[in-house]
Amino acid sequence: MRGERRSIAEMVCPAPLPAGDQVLLGHGSGGKLSAELIHDVFLAAFDNPILARMDDQAIVSINGLRLAFTTDTFVVKPLFFPGGDIGSLAVHGTVNDLAMGGAQPLFLSVAFIIEEGLPMETLRRVAASLRQAASQAGVQVVTGDTKVVEKGSGDGLFINTSGIGVVADGIQLSADRSRPGDRVLLSGSIGEHGIAILAKREGLEFDTPLESDSAALHTLVAAMLAASPDIRCLRDPTRGGLSSTLNEFASQAQVGIEIDERAILVREEVKGACEMLGLDPLYVANEGKLVAIVAPDAADRVLAAMRRHPLGAEARIIGSVTASHPRLVTMRTTVGPARIVDMLAGDQLPRIC
Amino acid sequence: MKYIDEYRDEHIAQSLAAQIARRTTRPWNLMEICGGQTHTIMKYGLDELIPARIRLVHGPGCPVCVTPIEVVDKAIEIASRADVTFASYGDMLRVPGSHSNLLRVKAAGGDVRIVYSPMEAVKLARALPERQVVFFGIGFETTAPPNAMAVWEARREGLDNFSMLVSHVLVPPAIRLLLGSPHNQVQGFIAPGHVCTVMGYWQYETLCRDFHVPIVVGGFEPADLLEAVDMLVAQLEEGRAVVENQYVRSVRYEGNVVAQRIVEQVLEVCDRKWRGIGVIPQSGLRLREEFAAYDAERIFGVGEMTAEEPAECISAEVLQGLKRPTDCPVFGVACTPENPMGAPMVSAEGACAAYYRYRRHSIQPSEVA
Repeated sequence: MRGERRSIAEMVCPAPLPAGDQVLLGHGSGGKLSAELIHDVFLAAFDNPILARMDDQAIVSINGLRLAFTTDTFVVKPLFFPGGDIGSLAVHGTVNDLAMGGAQPLFLSVAFIIEEGLPMETLRRVAASLRQAASQAGVQVVTGDTKVVEKGSGDGLFINTSGIGVVADGIQLSADRSRPGDRVLLSGSIGEHGIAILAKREGLEFDTPLESDSAALHTLVAAMLAASPDIRCLRDPTRGGLSSTLNEFASQAQVGIEIDERAILVREEVKGACEMLGLDPLYVANEGKLVAIVAPDAADRVLAAMRRHPLGAEARIIGSVTASHPRLVTMRTTVGPARIVDMLAGDQLPRIC
Repeated sequence: MKYIDEYRDEHIAQSLAAQIARRTTRPWNLMEICGGQTHTIMKYGLDELIPARIRLVHGPGCPVCVTPIEVVDKAIEIASRADVTFASYGDMLRVPGSHSNLLRVKAAGGDVRIVYSPMEAVKLARALPERQVVFFGIGFETTAPPNAMAVWEARREGLDNFSMLVSHVLVPPAIRLLLGSPHNQVQGFIAPGHVCTVMGYWQYETLCRDFHVPIVVGGFEPADLLEAVDMLVAQLEEGRAVVENQYVRSVRYEGNVVAQRIVEQVLEVCDRKWRGIGVIPQSGLRLREEFAAYDAERIFGVGEMTAEEPAECISAEVLQGLKRPTDCPVFGVACTPENPMGAPMVSAEGACAAYYRYRRHSIQPSEVA
């Protein structure tokens, strides 16, 4: 530097972050660090062909019956937020993971990890909400577990749910089925869950209260599959937001994805909060939206079916799959040129100014 | 969204770009100072909209990137203490010090919290009287008033468990340094709109006169930046060199006088080291002597800590606008946001990170130089 040029080998690194010796919060962000952790630790340990598909659920065959099986753990803070709570979220999250495999969700297990000192009333409210969400979604809680940990060893309440559903013959949804020319459909506006949680946590207030979009999506999926069998894959853009989901699609199918910023719906309150906090709504979590990759000929039919469903009333085609730039997602911005929509390394950190 | 959507409108952007193209008769090198402006340029691809003869080079205006390595080390040292609650803006957490960063301190059990304002840290100090609450007070003139206000408020309330680790930097001395360099190629500057909202733009008049260089105060949306480029090109083509204000909806000539007053009461100008550049005389702010009781460096005895700034890739040249991120042999290969080798790759506003995040698909190293 300053005249003398060092070779790369000689270069001193200030302190890079080789994600190695320690688990960081970013490993749970749904971004690149999460993907690395899953690949290096868990895939390495449990490798098998079903797991290696890396979809939101495993599809297994037992005596000719195709079952979808999935699990998810909920550590949301605060426990109650506008539009939902940890109980309803624990149902919706797992039901949606099953639904994204084209399954009819049937049974759930629920495990509670409770921190000593949690008010009994809180637990009752959560249980009541969970039961209501399950009955609305048409699933039954058929088994469960309870553990209480010492004060300081948990954060109030964690919930794990696992779910089982059946997949009808002929339904084959998986990210690696995407082909150039396919259309990318999004079921509605993005970022509401993440911002509703953040607003509650940070005490932000809006003129019109913003609610989480938390919802069970399996009836929407059923309507879409009834409209056309040519849906390649489905995924709900939760943690890591729309960008992470699209990047997962692109890397699993070895294709490029091009989207149009103007087609992506973001509510004013979400836009405002993101502007204020220096966040990008493309990376903010959703809990009641889905992204579908659909064969070009079927796109309009599937879109029409989505729009007839209350949870897909604002569905739009936001882009398409391309053979150019494999594994990269690009977006045509509002002013014209295209840019990359990257997967974040870890959590989105609010900017200083 | 009002005051946002119209500044991101394709037709407005295209017509501004066409106007710039009509005006431009020869190549010009322009620098946007602020990292937020760099971010917008890369995020929306504004450099692709304007004529190729207008070259935008990226200035040292990312506060996260220019915070010296020893200050990050001091923050890590303080945040690692069992009796300390360390509050910081989010993007400082990932910045590498000599051996670690604040995210790792947090993972190892340190009480490190992301806050959105220094007043939240004051609130923490009120709520946690048994703990020492330290706020990481960095940034340009923009964040100086709230930081000064937080210290002032802590003293007013008699909070004896609040302090600040201050490493503030100032824009005009950095521009002066760049313009005085024999390597300087920059012919016009887009001054940072947020800084000027606080400080006004009278300070930039002497720079225009001394170096015969036009300066336009610019905003942060695509249309703001294109209009600022247009105003700069107009001046350059006509041979003028004055300060003009594009960001009129926020910036006044005299700035925010009330905010300036609180800064003057609490902070004073000092020499300051910039990461990747070195010491720039009179380019920083530190706590005044009468606020020494709120100075975390003194309270925790880290004032003497120093660190050798390693030769980090080509970040010095990048931060001075002499080279582009893509000129670096390790850009996008050995140096990525997950494994940053230099500060401009760390922060979302750093020039290298902005190139990597938004544009690495379309930029070939040979295209830029």
